[in-house]
Amino acid sequence: MRQRIRPLLLWAMGLVMTAPALANSSSEWRLSEVCPAGFHLRDGGCYLQSFYSGYSSLQQSGVGGLKTGMPPLREGFTAQQIDLGRLLFFDPLLSVDGDMACSSCHQPARGFSDGLAGSIGRHGEVMHRSAPTLWNVGFLRELFWDARAKSLEEQMQGPLFSQEEMANTPAQLLKSLQDNANYRDLFNQAFGGGTLSLEQVYTALTAFQSSLVSLGSRYDLYANGFHEVLTQPEIEGMNVFRSFVARCAECHTPPAFTNQQIAVIGSPEPKGAALDIGVAAITGDASQRGGFKVPTLRNIELTAPYMHSGRFKTLRETVAFYTGGRGHAVPEGEHLSLHWHIWEPNLSDHELDLLVAFLKTLTDQSFMPVLPRKVPSGLAPVATDIFTH
Amino acid sequence: MKKIIPLGLLWLSLFVLAPSLMAAEISVKDGESIQSAVNKAQTGDVILVYPGTYKESVYVDKDGITIRGVVQDGEWPVMEGEGKRNDAILYSGNDFTVEWLTITHYKGNAIMGQAGNNFVIRYNRVIDTGVYGIFPQFGKNGLIEYNVLSGIEDAAIYVGMCDNVDVRHNEVFDNVAGIEIENTRHALVENNYAHDNTAGLLVFITPGLPIKTTYDVILRNNFVVNNNTANFGAPGSIVSKVPAGIGIVVMAADDVVVEGNIVSGNKTAGLVVTDLAFITDISSDPESEPNPDRMVFLDNLMFDNGADPVADVKALMLTQFSRRGPDILANLGSAQEPDNCIINRERYTSFGVKKWSECERKDTADITTMLIPGGAPNEVVTTENRTKLLYQGICAGCHAYNMRMIGPPTLTVQALYHNDPQGIADYIAEPHKVRSDYPAMPPQGHLSPDLRREVAEFMLSVTK
Repeated sequence: MRQRIRPLLLWAMGLVMTAPALANSSSEWRLSEVCPAGFHLRDGGCYLQSFYSGYSSLQQSGVGGLKTGMPPLREGFTAQQIDLGRLLFFDPLLSVDGDMACSSCHQPARGFSDGLAGSIGRHGEVMHRSAPTLWNVGFLRELFWDARAKSLEEQMQGPLFSQEEMANTPAQLLKSLQDNANYRDLFNQAFGGGTLSLEQVYTALTAFQSSLVSLGSRYDLYANGFHEVLTQPEIEGMNVFRSFVARCAECHTPPAFTNQQIAVIGSPEPKGAALDIGVAAITGDASQRGGFKVPTLRNIELTAPYMHSGRFKTLRETVAFYTGGRGHAVPEGEHLSLHWHIWEPNLSDHELDLLVAFLKTLTDQSFMPVLPRKVPSGLAPVATDIFTH
Repeated sequence: MKKIIPLGLLWLSLFVLAPSLMAAEISVKDGESIQSAVNKAQTGDVILVYPGTYKESVYVDKDGITIRGVVQDGEWPVMEGEGKRNDAILYSGNDFTVEWLTITHYKGNAIMGQAGNNFVIRYNRVIDTGVYGIFPQFGKNGLIEYNVLSGIEDAAIYVGMCDNVDVRHNEVFDNVAGIEIENTRHALVENNYAHDNTAGLLVFITPGLPIKTTYDVILRNNFVVNNNTANFGAPGSIVSKVPAGIGIVVMAADDVVVEGNIVSGNKTAGLVVTDLAFITDISSDPESEPNPDRMVFLDNLMFDNGADPVADVKALMLTQFSRRGPDILANLGSAQEPDNCIINRERYTSFGVKKWSECERKDTADITTMLIPGGAPNEVVTTENRTKLLYQGICAGCHAYNMRMIGPPTLTVQALYHNDPQGIADYIAEPHKVRSDYPAMPPQGHLSPDLRREVAEFMLSVTK
């Protein structure tokens, strides 16, 4: 573990030191003209180049096996839009009190999650769902655990304007950005004139979040023919993962490690908490009671605790849930239309250990963005110290 | 259909004489490991498995591999799961063939594919494996033929989320489901013998899967006989909800042709056509279109079906003043609509086909296969091109040939490290900042020294 962190430390310190060099190239605030890591400039937009760029997928579904194309990515944003989104993401100016940023709950040091079962709201309220990672979020077509948002632009208006979270209002957010000379200039650089608008804010944040791509893990090397990169226990873990006994890959399907469907699996709430009915609260459909979006498992090692409620502290506890018996954690008297893949696989302790070993091969933060040391509002950027813990 | 590796590659192996591209035969004898042979094998190789008992799970994550059992004097190579191993054969590679194996007693599946185009699964005997016998998933262009499968608690042959598959000349018996075509397009199910299962042939949509449709399926010239085995599917599985005694089920699938089959002795019904309401207690999926549309029922031989239907169907029959189940049961929701068609409808006892139109098409003789001529195009990863892939997958994320990206141009690196690939290989293991106007490079120390050297050499050879 320590061995893996050390190079990351060195490299991240390099990044932090680089940030001012990039930002100071001409004026005090100059947006990058260079696409972020992994992206090539084409026709003015940034497009991803990855292992998976050459592969197709059945019915363009973005699900399959080892050498399968990814789902479509939100890409083609300009380098400047992505860079502006990066500054906005860490700037607490976006919250009503000026003390929360997107990065409050999506911290780079914690896999763009926050290490909590329920995130902490504006006045210390504990949210009842766990903040999901933002790695590879640009590949998702539905957002939130209950899939209620169909785009990142729609999704971000949840936390921005929720009274429990950043508690801003559209008018106040717009005014605070328009009143700031740095932002007026930066939006001008990114969007080429016109009035600074909320749509531009949403676009820039979407552009940045979509650039958080993690497709260079040791698993990815294996998948692309470098079989020697995984250890024997990790390969055995992969085989348990995709076996039709454990069936993990049936929903956490490569290459995104989610099939982006809704699944009712009956995972438990924190002790004493009422059942979170998930998707059914949005659709009113009783058969979707307890249903949640299948989350990606990429960088899962970094985003404990697990499940929608953060009920499980470790990966080991989480994988053990699936061999605990169909419906074993469903509250008495509650009927859930459990997913057919939730069954009794009778996995051994050894197999559970192997699964955990495999899940850790999905870690890759090599495209960590440059974390800003200051943001245009002049407020202190949030969670840009990658080593806080 | 003999196409196992792309022709270009074959040509290369024959004429360029790159030794590692030459297809080789690797023999595996009793007491040896099939997996060890797979680990050694390269694209185009054939692994010959001699008679014996092989207690292992085998995975194939390479392209163009053939596993071929050698049957001698009636002695087969047997893969034995002993009730504790997960799957017998797991493949993800393209152009994979598995044949002439006996597979038994696995907990999961006998042969399972996850992606992998141009697969061939034939001449295998699968006896009493756990969940599925043969289960290709996310594959394009595949052939499943001359397999015999029995004693499986879900589907013996389950084609799930695939395109362009022929399933022919197989025998499936004593299973819960004989042959399933699920969330799959362009499938031909022909000349199979499905008997003594809970249900014989099933063509349907399962809601909640990432690929949503089933259409363009032909069920032709199959024997679908005496499928009356009590359902022994695992609790909670979808197949556990199928009533016993059904020859053919078409649920929510579109453009299904049923032609030339012999369907007899199935005690609930010969053919059930239904919408998704047929399976209950499953989470609904608004993206799954629930209705069976444009069914084409041509000439089939049907008799002695519905003699003793399950209680639900019996109750349904009583509303029609009959105690017997039918050859064709289609009075379930939208299955009765006139976009479905039938010819010679008077020959069958049927419910729900009154509004069906008369088919214009009388046969499907013009369609001989659903396979793609020349196979599905693939990106085949060989040992030769994987370095290029590594460069494109990792290095090219930050280095363009002659343009600044997040990292310096490849040309600049080439100028710095001219004739010194080892210098690059060493640097990338533990990069330090060289230029103040670029961010430091993420370390690649998890790549072996050899790999780093390989990709460094490749970087120095890049010319565009």
